Amino acid sequence: MENIWEILPGLGDKLAAHVVLSASAIGLAMLIALPMAVWAGRSALVSRVALSLASLVQTIPALALLALFFPLLLSLRSVFGEGLPTLGFLPALMALTLYALLPILRNAVTAQANLDPGVLEAADGVGMTRWQKLVLVEAPLSAPFIMAGIRTASVWTIGAATLATTIGQPSLGDPIFAGLQTQNWALVLAGCLASAGLALAADNLLWVIEVGLAKRSRWMTFGGMAVVALGILAALWGQSTGSDDRRIVIAAKQFSEQYILAQLIGSRLEAAGYAVEYRDGLGSAVVHSAVANSSVDIAVDYTGTVWANYLKRTDNPGREAMYEVIRDWEARENGVKVLGRLGFENAYAFAMRADRAKALGVTSLADLNGKAPQLTVGGDPEFFERPEWIAVRDAYGLRFGKSRNFAPTFMYNALQSGEADVISAYTSDGRIAADKLVVLADPEGALPSYDAMLVLSPRIANDKGVLAALAPLIGAISVEAMREANFAVDREDAGKLTPNQAAQGLAKKAGL
Amino acid sequence: METPAPLLRFDGVICRFGEVTAVSGVSCDIASGSFVALVGASGSGKSTLLKTVNTLVDPSEGRVVFGGEDVSTLPPARLRRRVGYVFQGIGLFPHFSVAENIAIGPRLAGEKLPPERIAELLALVELDPAFARRMPDELSGGQRQRVGVARALAGGPELLIMDEPFGALDPVTRDALGRKVRELHERLGLTTVMVTHDMAEALLLADRVLVMDRGALVADENPRALLAGAGGTVAQRLASVPRDQAERLAAMEERA
Repeated sequence: MENIWEILPGLGDKLAAHVVLSASAIGLAMLIALPMAVWAGRSALVSRVALSLASLVQTIPALALLALFFPLLLSLRSVFGEGLPTLGFLPALMALTLYALLPILRNAVTAQANLDPGVLEAADGVGMTRWQKLVLVEAPLSAPFIMAGIRTASVWTIGAATLATTIGQPSLGDPIFAGLQTQNWALVLAGCLASAGLALAADNLLWVIEVGLAKRSRWMTFGGMAVVALGILAALWGQSTGSDDRRIVIAAKQFSEQYILAQLIGSRLEAAGYAVEYRDGLGSAVVHSAVANSSVDIAVDYTGTVWANYLKRTDNPGREAMYEVIRDWEARENGVKVLGRLGFENAYAFAMRADRAKALGVTSLADLNGKAPQLTVGGDPEFFERPEWIAVRDAYGLRFGKSRNFAPTFMYNALQSGEADVISAYTSDGRIAADKLVVLADPEGALPSYDAMLVLSPRIANDKGVLAALAPLIGAISVEAMREANFAVDREDAGKLTPNQAAQGLAKKAGL
Repeated sequence: METPAPLLRFDGVICRFGEVTAVSGVSCDIASGSFVALVGASGSGKSTLLKTVNTLVDPSEGRVVFGGEDVSTLPPARLRRRVGYVFQGIGLFPHFSVAENIAIGPRLAGEKLPPERIAELLALVELDPAFARRMPDELSGGQRQRVGVARALAGGPELLIMDEPFGALDPVTRDALGRKVRELHERLGLTTVMVTHDMAEALLLADRVLVMDRGALVADENPRALLAGAGGTVAQRLASVPRDQAERLAAMEERA
């Protein structure tokens, strides 16, 4: 396992991106919330509506709020044109801004409502105009309370910004998500430490400004502001030192195989002289649309996923026919080039512990009929909504006693600990062999195929250099090689590899 | 003898707030140089009437004329620099020093008061010039209201309006500050209108007492006449309190 202290210094660019994103969101939230609070101070209706809306936003989980901006921006493309980014900085900024509104707005409104009425009457009495009253009296007297709201907003925003990783915006969430998927706890801890440290630093700096405002100490107020400004400038500078050329962006969904393949693809492109960038930990639904609109350039997708989710098909025409239909459909509908299949499948399969399967006398899905009501089935978070599950359930008449959702990484642990009796495993998963699991046969052919295929965005679909660099990958990766690489990343002992190391091993095994 | 033109005129002033009528038609002239007390029970409309002068309240009907001009036609900021305002809440700006508080009116007009002028204003209300640098939360209640009076005088107003100015002060401070204001009124040649619910204060400080009851002006007398029984029932009910107290105190002294 890598040492946390060796990982932390390498997080500089993630930290810079995190600072820029959080600061922009808080700045924008202030630009919206402060004038709104002034308006709310003059109208009870505005105050009620604004505070209710801001509170409503808080009830949406941050992860969902971030994800919601993707379809929203996609639909706005009909108004603003195809240039509107749907992933990355813009949606992350919008979601985090909404999230930061409430504490700023609430504190500003409360501060105004609690101003001494005598002082306000005096302001009118000495002949201040509305504007003078706002600038000379209301703003300075409310400032410490507003600053307290900005502090709360900053801590929330810095925490929630780690989730921006899932919509393709680099942040300190990158090491956290990558670590969670590959069970690299040092990476998770490093990301958490960095973001917690950033939140604490911001909170303390803003506290200095707040106290400075309350005690009318210019030294503290402006000193604090200067340090904040310097931090943001340093982050901006750190971000801008990267090359301006558009790099080739490689997407990875949230599991180990995707991280390994992304590294494999990236290293081949780098060897061919391309600059590459990784967008790790993207939601599965995000990846497909992101490739179609060239927000990312290369991804590994699976025939069964595209078949069910985007073609909305529930029939099963067989492995070859399914691939050909998808290849033609992607080219026709999205301009996406399906370069080819990598050679292995990552299909759904039902797996049991060998001892448990033996005790129950189960070797195929058909054998579960009648025994299922006493058993618990575990699946990844989307599994029980998927047509594969419905197809299997109906084909074999399965009625499980209980069904539980697990993150893919933890599903195998649940099987070992007996929290689940049967799980929806993946055929390329190294732990099937490592844990000596029994994969149940599918005599009815209810489970569709999941061929891994390389998809390219319209932007690079005809880039000869890219095509040449990636062509050797087609058909080169066997399911055994993939399982081995996956297991090397997922295992917990001394043999654990990073996705990058596993990708190098995989390349060697595939003869590349 | 020629009557001087009134500095202030209420002309059929009516103030309604929804269903409530706070002032129900008040007409009266206030001569330049006079010290007028506006007396009445709580809710009689006296404060509302006073606030129509510096347009903190706009009349629903009627008009207020100040120096020959309808106040509703004057820009509020300019009007309020000519009308010093002292009120029970005092309302010193807590983030300004005493000097900054006093200088705020002229500052809004684009004029910077020199330190000598601040010291002079502090001296008028019997405060040491060293107070200039203090913050309001370092002052006692009486000192704060003295600063409030100095702030009202800073712009060199023609008219001083005061709304229960000494209401929150202890009796000794209250008496001293009342005498001080009367003295300043004489010395600076001010015209002063003071709202109070305390008839004794009105009788001792003012040279004309207006009594309000349920939004209407019910009496307009000088203090001597009020003490002698003029002004009608409402005025006499208010005037009888200090008169009886004075008589009882005098009787006590005689017995002793």
